[in-house]
Amino acid sequence: MSARPVPPTPPAGPRSARPTVSVTLDGEEVLAFPGETVLALARRLGVPIPTLCQLDGVSVYGGCRLCVVEVEGEHRLPLACATEVSADMDVRSTSSQLRDHRRRIVALLFAEGSHVCAACVASGACELQDLATETGVDHVPYELAFPSHEVDASHPLFVLDRDRCVLCTRCVRVCDEIEGAHVWDIAQRGNDARLVAGMDQPWGEVASCTSCGKCVAACPTGALYHQGTASGERRPDPELIAFLADARGGVWEQRDNGAASQPRDAAGSHEQGTTP
Amino acid sequence: MGKLIDLDAMRDAELADRSRRTHRALVCSSTGCLSAGAAGVRAALEEEIEAADRAETLQVVPTGCPGLCSRGPLVQVEPRAGPATLYAEVDPDGARSIARDHLLGDGTGDQVAADVEVVPADLPFFAHQTKVVLANAGRIDPDRLEDYVAAGGYRALYDTLTTMTPEQALTAVERSGLRGRGGAGYPTGRKWRLLAEAPGDHKVVVANGDEGDPGAFMDRTIMDSDPHRVLEGLVIAAYATGAERGYIYVRAEYPLAIERLERAIRAAKRSRLLGKGVLGTDLSFDLQIRVGAGAFVCGEETALMASIEGRRGLPQLRPPYPTERGLWGEPTMINNVETLANIPAILGNGPEWFAAMGTADSPGTKVFALAGSLVTTGLIEVPMGISLRTIVEDMADGIAGGRRFKAAQTGGPSGGCIPERFLDTPVDYEHLRALGSMMGSGGLVVIDDTVNMPEFARFYMAFCRDESCGKCVPCRVGTVQLHALLDRICNGQGRRRDLQHLESLCRTVQVTSLCGLGQSAPNPVVSTLEHFRDEYEALLVEEPVPSAVVTGDAS
Repeated sequence: MSARPVPPTPPAGPRSARPTVSVTLDGEEVLAFPGETVLALARRLGVPIPTLCQLDGVSVYGGCRLCVVEVEGEHRLPLACATEVSADMDVRSTSSQLRDHRRRIVALLFAEGSHVCAACVASGACELQDLATETGVDHVPYELAFPSHEVDASHPLFVLDRDRCVLCTRCVRVCDEIEGAHVWDIAQRGNDARLVAGMDQPWGEVASCTSCGKCVAACPTGALYHQGTASGERRPDPELIAFLADARGGVWEQRDNGAASQPRDAAGSHEQGTTP
Repeated sequence: MGKLIDLDAMRDAELADRSRRTHRALVCSSTGCLSAGAAGVRAALEEEIEAADRAETLQVVPTGCPGLCSRGPLVQVEPRAGPATLYAEVDPDGARSIARDHLLGDGTGDQVAADVEVVPADLPFFAHQTKVVLANAGRIDPDRLEDYVAAGGYRALYDTLTTMTPEQALTAVERSGLRGRGGAGYPTGRKWRLLAEAPGDHKVVVANGDEGDPGAFMDRTIMDSDPHRVLEGLVIAAYATGAERGYIYVRAEYPLAIERLERAIRAAKRSRLLGKGVLGTDLSFDLQIRVGAGAFVCGEETALMASIEGRRGLPQLRPPYPTERGLWGEPTMINNVETLANIPAILGNGPEWFAAMGTADSPGTKVFALAGSLVTTGLIEVPMGISLRTIVEDMADGIAGGRRFKAAQTGGPSGGCIPERFLDTPVDYEHLRALGSMMGSGGLVVIDDTVNMPEFARFYMAFCRDESCGKCVPCRVGTVQLHALLDRICNGQGRRRDLQHLESLCRTVQVTSLCGLGQSAPNPVVSTLEHFRDEYEALLVEEPVPSAVVTGDAS
């Protein structure tokens, strides 16, 4: 099981200093902070819920669907990362149904990309690898796509290997929301969706890239890595993102998926106003 | 600011003009008939009338769709008094015959053109219909505001603005029991109230005309046959909910609808039916068209809003719901085009009139696009609760080519198939859902016994795979894998375990996908498996005997 960032104290923000919301989590009555997400609560209490696209410090995306949980009285499966606790909520973080769905989702990711751990820079420090272990994916029952996307090694410091990309958009969000450069985006749709730099240029030619490396730090797999990294040598640092966000005023918690719909200039001035 | 419109004067002038004509030839100029050559038919009619110098007393009117699309181009000849005649499959030569025999006669005998096919007035296709939304379709020139006003248009808006408070208008919609015609059937009045009660000074209403289901063309026809009706519905919605601007989101594949809506909006602005001071009241409502860029998922309301804002059409997590935080953060309400087209009739005739149609839980009418292996295809508007059998066997005149009915797919790629034994099911939201299908936006594709159901399911899965936005894993990868599994089964290479994977993956994609596209993508597979499982079983091949695998070709 992978080590997850567990904030020692509740992050600063609008929430009150004391947990006051009574919630049932896996049959146990616990106290949550008002406005806390189910995922934050579970992590604080050491209850494992698998995640992939979620990254502390940037907005909620809700794309990987791994953190689905069961909530009493809800006929859909809400996402732990996007659902705030409410009084008397009865949450189950695991069940045979949830385990099945999570295992299938992880298997789908393996079928979609080209994930050969033995030949991967991220082996041993890969969240997808950890997820396979956590959810018990020891084989993939689906047709392997064997994609052959181009590797972009045009950047002097970093490499992008799209065959290992799980389209979680952590790099997109980090670059946009923390670095403010918006180098990354997703082009095309569905099965053709792929990560592109700039205006679908070679990464090394994108003038807006500051070479800060936060995208590389945030990447959960071996899709983004430093030049010259050999198998198993990649050391990601996803906690860096939450650290930076907190250092800049700890306001990221107020952001959610709607933040992306705010006008760009408003988001920009907000960034400037809170950067130390 | 335009000139204030006088509805009565405009109507009287229009009717006076009509009374000077001995006949009016209504030429369907909706998308279907235009593609079948209606423009040439209209030109031929006008030429003949011009040559006979009768343009003063005869009028050729390009109209919207009367519905009988498989028999187009359609020309309806209306004498000043007496019954109209509907000609089908008219070509330019036929148009000349109609002009010479029927229109240009001495005006006494009403000679029906002999060498053109005439549709009997009591055709079951028309007899079972109740036209509310399509009341003007095929009756008026969609490009002329005067035609809409002469048919009673904007009267409901005028009465609402002058005699009702916003609250009263909202209550009327609530009491009508109208439910969203986009597919899910959410009560429209409840949605309106959510917007009305949402805090905010810049609320937005949106008409969703991004109809994308294969074989569905209800909204297209409403927009290109009677665009002002959608506008009127939107202005009433704005009045009742306090919205100050609106958008009509239309897919780019509907150029004719876009053109006619644009013209309608310009005409409405000139006549102060839109803009500042609507009809001389304090209401201000600005309306714009936004054109989609070819993505099915943009019919999903959060993806639609992203598209209107100019971003990638990706669905967003809900909550927050659009009425809490929508376009540019403002409370926003999205209604289907057909839903809005019901509004003028509800306000004009009262909620009780509307609630009396259809069934108790699903009042009103529903427009269906009939497609597939039917003798007669086209567009119908029927009261809710009518049986599928009436639609298929009476109205559409059964299955073409003497084949047998096999199933009807409602709800497009999000719906399910309904086999013959459920043909007597009343068509409404609850009954279709109970059958594992859904109302959907109103596409009704009928297939005959030559269709292989796994292949049928594969077609819809290919559609969903190609239209998945790629945001969430179950839909992006799941539809690819479901399609691959169906492919293997259809090609006679599927094993029993493939069928098991197909079923388990369907479940995962249904319950874990982010938006309705993914959640409903497996429905065609699930429903064909439920009703036609034997066809899947028949395609399976035996598992190889385990001992045979060990010999080295187990790659």
